[in-house]
Amino acid sequence: MKIRTLEQLRALAEELRAARDHRPCVRVCGGTGCRARGSEEVLARFKTLLQEMGLTEAVDVKFTGCHGLCERGPLVSLAPQEVFYQGVEADDVRAIVTETLARGTVIDRLLAQDPRTGKRARREQEIPFYQRQHRLVLRFNGLLDPTDIRDYIALGGYQALGTALTRLTPEAVIELIERSGLRGRGGAGFPTGKKWRMARAAPGSRKYVICNGDEGDPGAFMDRSVLEGNPHSVIEGMIIGAYAVGATQGIIYVREEYPLAVQTLEIALAQARDSGFLGKEIFDSPFSFDIEIVRGAGAFVAGEETALIAAVEGRVSEPRQRPPYPVQRGVWGYPTVINNVETWANVPIILERGPEWFASLGTATSKGTKIFSLVGKVTNTGLVEIPMGMTLRELIEEIGGGAPPPRAIKAVQIGGPSGGCLPKTLFDLPIDYESLTEAGAMMGSGGLIVMDDRTCMVDVARYFMDFLRDESCGKCLPCREGTNRMYELLTAICEGRATELDLELLEELAQVVKQTSLCGLGQTAPNPVLTTLRYFRPEYEAHIRERRCPAGVCKALIRYVINAERCTGCLACLQPCPQQAIRGQLKQPHVIDQERCIKCGICHEVCQFGAVEIV
Amino acid sequence: MTRLSLNGIEVDLEEGTTLLEAAQHLGIEIPTLCFHQGLSAYGACRLCVVELGDGRLVSACTYPVQEGLRVRTHSPRVLRARRMLIELLLSICPSSKRIQDLAAAHQVERVRFSVRDERCILCGLCVRMCAEQMMAHAIGFVNRGYRRRITTPFDLPSDVCRRCGGCLYICPVCELRCQGPEATSIVCGACVTPAPTCPPVYGDLACYMGAAGECGTCVREPRTPDPHSSDLRGRRESL
Repeated sequence: MKIRTLEQLRALAEELRAARDHRPCVRVCGGTGCRARGSEEVLARFKTLLQEMGLTEAVDVKFTGCHGLCERGPLVSLAPQEVFYQGVEADDVRAIVTETLARGTVIDRLLAQDPRTGKRARREQEIPFYQRQHRLVLRFNGLLDPTDIRDYIALGGYQALGTALTRLTPEAVIELIERSGLRGRGGAGFPTGKKWRMARAAPGSRKYVICNGDEGDPGAFMDRSVLEGNPHSVIEGMIIGAYAVGATQGIIYVREEYPLAVQTLEIALAQARDSGFLGKEIFDSPFSFDIEIVRGAGAFVAGEETALIAAVEGRVSEPRQRPPYPVQRGVWGYPTVINNVETWANVPIILERGPEWFASLGTATSKGTKIFSLVGKVTNTGLVEIPMGMTLRELIEEIGGGAPPPRAIKAVQIGGPSGGCLPKTLFDLPIDYESLTEAGAMMGSGGLIVMDDRTCMVDVARYFMDFLRDESCGKCLPCREGTNRMYELLTAICEGRATELDLELLEELAQVVKQTSLCGLGQTAPNPVLTTLRYFRPEYEAHIRERRCPAGVCKALIRYVINAERCTGCLACLQPCPQQAIRGQLKQPHVIDQERCIKCGICHEVCQFGAVEIV
Repeated sequence: MTRLSLNGIEVDLEEGTTLLEAAQHLGIEIPTLCFHQGLSAYGACRLCVVELGDGRLVSACTYPVQEGLRVRTHSPRVLRARRMLIELLLSICPSSKRIQDLAAAHQVERVRFSVRDERCILCGLCVRMCAEQMMAHAIGFVNRGYRRRITTPFDLPSDVCRRCGGCLYICPVCELRCQGPEATSIVCGACVTPAPTCPPVYGDLACYMGAAGECGTCVREPRTPDPHSSDLRGRRESL
């Protein structure tokens, strides 16, 4: 059914809500993390069981987007009981239906438990992981079925678009976005309203809007979760943006590696077209617009906007000089607005709640919220959304729950390969664009990797440089050869072959690569090196001067030895050793043959008495 | 017309002019390697970087003139960056006379990286020559990052190549082999007489830019002898 007026949309939302509100609802998390842990099976079991009991009509079962607490999946939430179950297996389904759904009894063992207090939380909001968050972009992620546009409409979806098209001029929309202070969520933080204004002013017979869904940072999955969990919020934002800048065609550039996101988007676009939100004369206004999906064939650099344009046009994704900026000359030479997934998803919220409300969140220069994917050596890994200005400590210790004992957190890598490693001493830094840039890192798209005391910072820098020398497009000399040489130097340091002069050279080279590279990839590629040098220089120096890896990671600089006093002679380490390098008799201290040892660390892992030491 | 300041000189230029053309117009020499007048600008070797008023370094061959821009073509930061870029080039292609000459002109006297003689510096001149002047499109780049190289499609003998030799003609590294003596260092610089834009020591009167030092063109940093260079023969100090 095509929706023609705002009143019609509101009436439909009202009707949908009335039909559902009284019905119990089971929401099974369908995010990629929970699917990997078997949530599809949980969903199937719910459906067959309810069918057997003849309750299909009485209970709604929804497969939703990512709930966030990926560490404890599969997650299931129940309405109206407001019970949040974690670690649900298919065999738990019968108990959930017969006890919680039928009788309202809560199953204790499935509730989330705070590892520190041992307290179990019944509702989502009671879990410390969720308490400190401000879920704005992700507010519907665990509620709606992303493959059903009616769910989004019932929650008030597309009303911001209806308001914009029927009550506001394009200039008024741009002004609202400008007043909200929204900045690009893709990393650099360019003011969105300003970008739109430039695109509107740029001469061009045609204009484009693009959603940049080329999320390539290792360990980052914010954009994927939004596209998979609430695709209509991105689509609605894009239509509003297109109206504001005068674009007629939209493109969603999404990674080929995100098949679920592509599938969800295809369904969402078809449904939006059927409902009249895409196509000709949307909301009976003269404005016509449609969106197509372009799937990226896997290059990190394609997230850079000029490289993305090249990819959309069917060329190899290599960046070019800016200016001219895409808002002046973008796809096929026409003015083009490129915004990140999360930026687009913020647009309907600003129109709905007003720019002043949005601007009241966050800091003086960074408004609103930011989604982070919290991964690494932290208790609660998952997807979090926080107001800008929250300190790193709050995010990592309170929401993330700190490192699983007995380890201690040492640093956090923020902003992906282009970001930097910040030490524990800087954890009181507020998370906003300026503070992070000043500290040598950057907001990036929102990847956050927590590292504990068993992480070698030189090795981390080397890992990122290996990633970047491969992902650099290779067009310009400093990025191609510079990242490769930095990798060589870092390898030499990790292997104990480097001198003080190499460290000096590494620093000098990093500066030049930063200054002279053609695009954002090269200009930020030295950040992992520069920040680790800035905050963890003693570690570099230990590798060079003492030929020692303080974290016990760099294989060339460590040895595994058995402490004879601690060894009980239990023989446990003998069999797992792939090299048969450990010799010993029962109840006699064992010995590692250093000639044979390949330093895999398995003996260290299996020893229950802490007798295998790294020296 | 667009007005900008180049090394302190105010100049009016037509829109669409690049900074490199602007500098050439004023007779200021900016080193280039991947640039050729007959081909589209590519901006890959970054040797032509210049410093803008906000401190950014951009490639002059691709950057269009903009109203009110302040450009310095030989600021200390620019020269430091160029030296490092030349050192990187030398480390992958020590046998090119063009690169050795660039090294000599920029006082690059050592290479601190391990040398891999790969010859090709991936400047892309041959690819553009083949596509834009010869209309053949016989060669192109394959792979990315440190694996990038230039070849024909699928590494097969090309059907469209006319053996015109345009690629060989334009290549800055295979045009002329450095015939210099085998030095202990790979930096040769034997047959070149560098002509820097400013003499190393000068009085205010010697500055042809008018106001001595103001333009940022000359480098007034004292040159300290480098104990780690294997090629310190005091050659240029005696100039």
